[in-house]
Amino acid sequence: MSEGYTPEMLDLIKRVEASRPQRLAESRAGKAFPAMSMDQRDEVLNQYHPDYTDEGRRALGIGPNKGEVYPEELIDLLESRSMLESVKADLSKPDYETDVLVIGGGGGGSSAALTAAAEGLNVILATKLRHGDSNTVMAEGGIQGADQEPDSPYFHYLDVIGGGHFTNERSLVAALTNDAPLIIEWLESLGMMFDKHPDGRMKTRHGGGTSRKRMHSAGDMTGAEIMRVLRDETRNRKDKIRILEFSPAIELLMDKDGRCAGAVLNNLETGAYYTVKAKATVIATGGTGRLHYRGFACTNHYGATGDGLVMAYRAGARLGYMDSVQYHPTGTAYPEQNVGLLVTEKVRGLGGQLLNIDGEQFVFPLEPRDVESAAIIRECVGRGNGVKTPTGRLGVWLDSPLIDELHGPGTVQRELPAKYIQFKRFGIDIAKVPMLVYPTLHYQNGGIAINDQSETTVPGLYAAGETTGGVHGHNRLMGNSLLDILVFGRRAGSAAAKAIAAGAEPGPGTLEHLVQYGKELSDAGLDRGAISPMILPNYATDEIRQRRWDVKSPTV
Amino acid sequence: MTKSTQDNKPIMVGDRTIPPPDARFITISIMGQPYEVPETLTILKAMEYAGYQFKRGCGCRGGICGACGTFYRIEGDHTLRTGLACQTVVEPGMILAQVPFFPSNRAPDLDLDTKTPADEQIATLYPEIFRCVGCGTCTRTCPMDIDVMGYIAYFKRGDIKGGAEKSFDCIMCGLCASRCPANISQFNVAMTARRITGARLTPRSEVTAARAEQVRSGRYEPMLAELCEMSAEDLKTLYVEREREPDLAKPGEWMPKDQTKL
Repeated sequence: MSEGYTPEMLDLIKRVEASRPQRLAESRAGKAFPAMSMDQRDEVLNQYHPDYTDEGRRALGIGPNKGEVYPEELIDLLESRSMLESVKADLSKPDYETDVLVIGGGGGGSSAALTAAAEGLNVILATKLRHGDSNTVMAEGGIQGADQEPDSPYFHYLDVIGGGHFTNERSLVAALTNDAPLIIEWLESLGMMFDKHPDGRMKTRHGGGTSRKRMHSAGDMTGAEIMRVLRDETRNRKDKIRILEFSPAIELLMDKDGRCAGAVLNNLETGAYYTVKAKATVIATGGTGRLHYRGFACTNHYGATGDGLVMAYRAGARLGYMDSVQYHPTGTAYPEQNVGLLVTEKVRGLGGQLLNIDGEQFVFPLEPRDVESAAIIRECVGRGNGVKTPTGRLGVWLDSPLIDELHGPGTVQRELPAKYIQFKRFGIDIAKVPMLVYPTLHYQNGGIAINDQSETTVPGLYAAGETTGGVHGHNRLMGNSLLDILVFGRRAGSAAAKAIAAGAEPGPGTLEHLVQYGKELSDAGLDRGAISPMILPNYATDEIRQRRWDVKSPTV
Repeated sequence: MTKSTQDNKPIMVGDRTIPPPDARFITISIMGQPYEVPETLTILKAMEYAGYQFKRGCGCRGGICGACGTFYRIEGDHTLRTGLACQTVVEPGMILAQVPFFPSNRAPDLDLDTKTPADEQIATLYPEIFRCVGCGTCTRTCPMDIDVMGYIAYFKRGDIKGGAEKSFDCIMCGLCASRCPANISQFNVAMTARRITGARLTPRSEVTAARAEQVRSGRYEPMLAELCEMSAEDLKTLYVEREREPDLAKPGEWMPKDQTKL
C-alpha cells in the first residue's frame, strides 16, 4: 500500500529500493556508514544547526538572566506583564490549603505527586488540560536505565555528558543515571507492560549516542504507557492526591521573604480564579514547542507553551541553558496531515537508514540528535539532495522497510504499531515504503535551574522535567527525557517532604512580585503592552484574527 | 525535485494552516453549523481554520492522547462513524461533534499485591463485563482499530494477559464506553488488566532488581562523584574511548574489557 505518495515520489522511492540490497548486505556484515569525528560534528553544527546562528534570537532585557540570548518567541513572553499585576483580590483566605502543590499533570508532576503522597503528604495536582495531557504521552522510543550486566550508571553518565557536549550540570547527570535502575524497577512494580523476554528480562536496545543497549520500551508508545500507568496509580491515591483539571496556574504566590507560598489557578471553563496555599510548590509544566521558534513545526503537545517558565522567572527563579533547543532529526515531512509529528528514533535503533534523493546514505543513523539534525539540514539545504513535497517542504528518506529485511517480516508492525497505523491512515505502509522526514522542534534543553534535589533558586519552589535546564546540557539523548521527568519528579516530591518535615512554612502569599516585575519592564522601556503566560496556542487564520476586531468577546 | 540550490529553502509555518493558492474548499458542519475549509485538513486543523481555539478536545495532535474522539456522519448516509479529530481528514458533507469527555466507571481500588487470582480480581472489580451482549459496537467504534469486544471476551474467559495485550494500543478516549448498551467502561477494565499483567502475570526482571539493589547500596555514588570531579579533557578521553556494545549482541552475552565500573 503506497498510494499515499505521489507518482513523482514513488519514482524516487525506486532509487531507495535499488540501493537496498547492498545496504542490507552491509548492515548484516556489521558495516555502518562512518560516524563523524568530534571535529566533523562541530563543523556541521556550526554551519547548519539553528541554535548556532543569530537569526531569530535576541538578548533578554529583564530579570536574573538579563543579557542572555534566547529565541525571540520566548523573550516576547518573558518581556511581558502579568495579567494579575493590578488585580484587586483578597488573598488572605486561600481557597485551598495543602502540603504540596504540583503544577502540571504529565509524568514529572504525577511522579512528584505520588512520591509526596507516599511520604504521607496532602497534594493538589493542578493541570491546564486533562491529567496526562503532556509531552510524556508522546515519547515513543523508550526510557534509558543501566540495568543490564555490561552496563552501569557510570557508562550511562559518560553517554549523557558526551551527548550533551560536556556542557551538562554534572551533579544532575549523576542523579539521573544513578536513579535510573530504580525508576525502571518502580515502573515495573506499578504494572507497566515493558517489552520483555519470556524470562522477565527487559528487552533493551541502542539509541543515538549510547555505548550500551539500555533503551527500555513498551511497543512504540513507551511514554503513553508510562503516563496511563502513573495516572491510574494517582487515581488510586484519592485519599492524598486531589486532581484539578483545566485549571492552569497563572502566577505563583510569594511571601514577603521571597519564599514561594503557592499559586493562583484559573478554571479555564468558568474563568474563575482560585488561590492555593502550599508549603511546597513543584513546577512540572513541560516545554515550549508550541511557541514554534522560527516557524519550525513541532512534535509537542498542544499545552507546551512554557507557562511555568514565565511564572517562575517573574518570581525570581534563575534559568539555565535556555538558548538551547532540540530539533528532532526525524519529524514527518509528508503527508501534510502528519507534518512535524515525531518518527521515533527507535526506527533507526532497529536499523532504519537515512537516505538522500538518490537513495544514498549521507550520515551515520545514530549520531547525537543535534548532529543528526544538522546533517539532514545540510543534505537538503546545503547540498540540494532533499526530496521536495507537493507543498514545498523538504525531507530525506527514512528507510523503514529495511527493518523487516534485517529482523524478519512483521517487525515494523510489531515494534512500531502506533507509527504504522498513523501512516497507514494516509495510504502509506511503512513496512513497504520509506517515510519522508525533516528535523522538527522537539525539546527544550534549557529551563528553570535546579540542583540535584530539584530545588530552584527560589525557596519553597521545586521544578522537574522539561521545564528545567541543565541535566542534558546542550543536547539530550533519546530515552533520557522520560527518565529525567521521573527521576527529578520523584526527587522533588522527596525534597518537598523533607523540607516540610523540617518545618518549612511560607508566610501569607502575595502578588507583589508581579508589580515589581512590571515596573522593571517599564523602566527598561520594554513594555509592549503584552501579557503572558500564553496558556493556549492560537492557530487562527489572519481572516479570523481580523474578524475578532481586537475586542474582548462579551461571552467569555 | 531538482538539485538547484535556490530551491532548497523549506516552507516554515509552524502549525498554522496556510492553504496553497490552488486549494479546494469543502463544506463541513461542526455541531450543525456549516464552515468552508480547505480539503485535506484533519478535523482538528479544519476546526482551527474555522476559528475554534480548543480548550477541550485537543491534546497531543498526534493520535496518542485520546483527547479528540469525534463522532460524524456524511450527509445522506445513515452510518455513524468515529475518528480522532487529529487523525481524520475532513470530507464534503461531514457533520461532526467531538466527545472530549464521557462519564465512565473506574473501580476505586487496585491492589497489585493481592493473592486473588487475576481473573477473579477483574471479575470482582468490573462484574459488568459479564453483561456484554456481544453486539460489537465498541469494536466498530474504536478509532484505534482495537477489537474491544474481543478483549472483553478474553477477560470474561479469564485470560487477563491475552486481553491486556489485545488492548495495548488503547488511548483511553472513551468512545467505546459511550456506545456500550451494557454500560461497560471497557477502556478502564483494560487499564486495570494491563497493570495486573505487568505487575503480576509477567515475570519480574531479576537483572533489573539486582542492579537496583546495587544502586540502593550506594555502589555507584563514588564512581559518579569521580566523574563529576574530573577535568573536561579526561572526561572526553573516557567518552571517546568507551566500548560500544555490538548491535546484534545477545542479552547478557557481551561484556566490556574494563569491568571495574560495573
